[in-house]
Amino acid sequence: MSFDHTMLYLTAPEITLALLASAVLLLDSFLKPSQRVLTYIATLLSLLIVFMVTFATHVDSSLMAFDGQYIRDPMSDVLKLSLFVLMAFVFVYAKDDLRRRGSERGEFYALGLFALLGMMIMISAASFLSLYLGLELLALCLYALVAFQRNSASGSEAAMKYFVLGALASGLLLYGISMVYGATGQLGFAAIAERLQQGQVDAVVMSFGLVFVVLGLAFKLGAVPFHMWVPDVYQGAPTSVTALIGSAPKVAAFAMAMRILVDALPSMQEQWQLMLIILAVLSLAVGNIVAIAQTNIKRMLAYSTISHVGFILLGLIAGTTVGYASAMFYALVYALTALGGFGLLMFISRQGFDAENLHDLKGLNERSPWYALMMMLVLFSMAGVPPTVGFFAKLAVLDAIIRVDLLWLAITAVIFSVIGAFYYLRVIKMMYFDKAECSEPLQASTDTRFALSLNGLAMIGLGIMPSALMSVCASVFA
Amino acid sequence: MLLFAATMVVTRRNPVQSALFLVLTFFCTSAIWLLLEAEFLAITLVLVYVGAVMVLFLFVIMMLDVDVAAMRAGFVRYLPIGLLVAIAMVVQLVMVVGPQRFGLDKVAAPIRHAADYSNTEELGQLLYTVYMYPFEIAAFILLIAIVAAISLTLRRRKGVRHQDISKQVRVKRDDRVRLVSMQAEERDD
Repeated sequence: MSFDHTMLYLTAPEITLALLASAVLLLDSFLKPSQRVLTYIATLLSLLIVFMVTFATHVDSSLMAFDGQYIRDPMSDVLKLSLFVLMAFVFVYAKDDLRRRGSERGEFYALGLFALLGMMIMISAASFLSLYLGLELLALCLYALVAFQRNSASGSEAAMKYFVLGALASGLLLYGISMVYGATGQLGFAAIAERLQQGQVDAVVMSFGLVFVVLGLAFKLGAVPFHMWVPDVYQGAPTSVTALIGSAPKVAAFAMAMRILVDALPSMQEQWQLMLIILAVLSLAVGNIVAIAQTNIKRMLAYSTISHVGFILLGLIAGTTVGYASAMFYALVYALTALGGFGLLMFISRQGFDAENLHDLKGLNERSPWYALMMMLVLFSMAGVPPTVGFFAKLAVLDAIIRVDLLWLAITAVIFSVIGAFYYLRVIKMMYFDKAECSEPLQASTDTRFALSLNGLAMIGLGIMPSALMSVCASVFA
Repeated sequence: MLLFAATMVVTRRNPVQSALFLVLTFFCTSAIWLLLEAEFLAITLVLVYVGAVMVLFLFVIMMLDVDVAAMRAGFVRYLPIGLLVAIAMVVQLVMVVGPQRFGLDKVAAPIRHAADYSNTEELGQLLYTVYMYPFEIAAFILLIAIVAAISLTLRRRKGVRHQDISKQVRVKRDDRVRLVSMQAEERDD
């Protein structure tokens, strides 16, 4: 390997964030608990700096560094930039929630930044090795964050489940990777694709490996039938952590699926397409139908995540550039929408009380008309009601699916979305037409209010003008 | 030997015994690696896993009073489905990962190296050049492991007595010794 400065230039976002995250970790250990707000400010500043660095060094073509371990292409740049925005929202929402629980410790910010680093490494991975390490970095941070409230039994239980199932999924993924390595003798995605193109690769070993890789992927995405951890973790974790788990990692998981399936195994498309169709249909069915029976809103949103993962998979199934662009658009939009939902949930919670059950939302309109409107926009976007952005995300995915003549799949997806619309509308009905059970005014700091309003308005703003984000997504696959 | 030891690990009733069988499993694995001429990895496996990790493991097992009977309560109930999945997996594995696919005619045996060939040096060369990026990510993973472990277990309890070293160092003679001038007592003979 020869070392030159272009490598540092390409990996500048990761290096910057690694340094800044370590700096935040160090800074926090010198602060008194009353000065915790400085950690928060430093975290947001770090995100701003790394955003600017990524933007300044953005690339127009795909470039490799570190002997084929690292790839920088327009897709990775767009995904990273959107991750920074998403994480900024997470931190703003989480601050109040943590303070209210009396567990505002600096580790939350440091672990959040390192989780972001893991996601960036996953997005920019060009070989199975760096992809797996990025995944573990992310997962380790998330395990610790789920157990962040040490005195909560449900948090510890959720962390334990997450850890055991996550380790199992990593094991399956590694086993699949070893099979792929055994068949091709390569770990780099480009090299694997090349070997497969040339033929002379044992097809049976390859498909055996592919099955395990897809299983690991489905586990991480939370697709049915590998979804058992999702509801428990969403419910057990503190809402601030749920907001983190439910948003940004979905974008990273999308990138992971793209790297493995499209970059490394494009010649096995027929095989993985079939597996993904099974996963997608099951996810749509189970996610939407089981969500109806939930009374805990975090659990309900977990099942709704599962159904949205089904939609992201639909975009990948199409197997065309239009399909990938629509899946990417969907992943980004969903992450932002979910964040708004969890953010508002934290906003409604108050001292010693977590808004967790559906009836906690009753009469939200009387208590705060503006934030009830925001919640309605978020829920409409999840259900896919025009003119919110969720409608266009669903439309783009369905369009891509119909273009490859999978009409039955599109019809199935629409039917299950209509079923799913029921439980979103039920929440809206509760907010607007039911009597409030408590009339305490809602409290939050100015930055949280601002972020919530911005997030809610983004739903309708992007919905009226979806073309800007959509064309960005399309351009990276052109 | 390896398969026998691994089976014993999961079937022994006594956790200490299964931990010891796990040690045997690691030994067998390292022997296989030695046969593959991966001396450095084999030695590391013995040193790190057998020497350090398993000893800690044994300590933990002996300190915790593990209720084995309670853990086995669900065993029989889940046995049929578990067995079914396991058998299906094993059959598939044997069909795929067999000598007809990974035999010596498909995958060449490793080249025999000269006596002065250093496995460690080769590994180091690769690790710090080609695999530098993953190597550094691994460093961050370890950092996170430390942060996570500390943040999950460190509790500052009130009322726990502990030493304040800097206070102990800064202590002056006057804080500890008090000179009292007293009248000499009369001897009563």
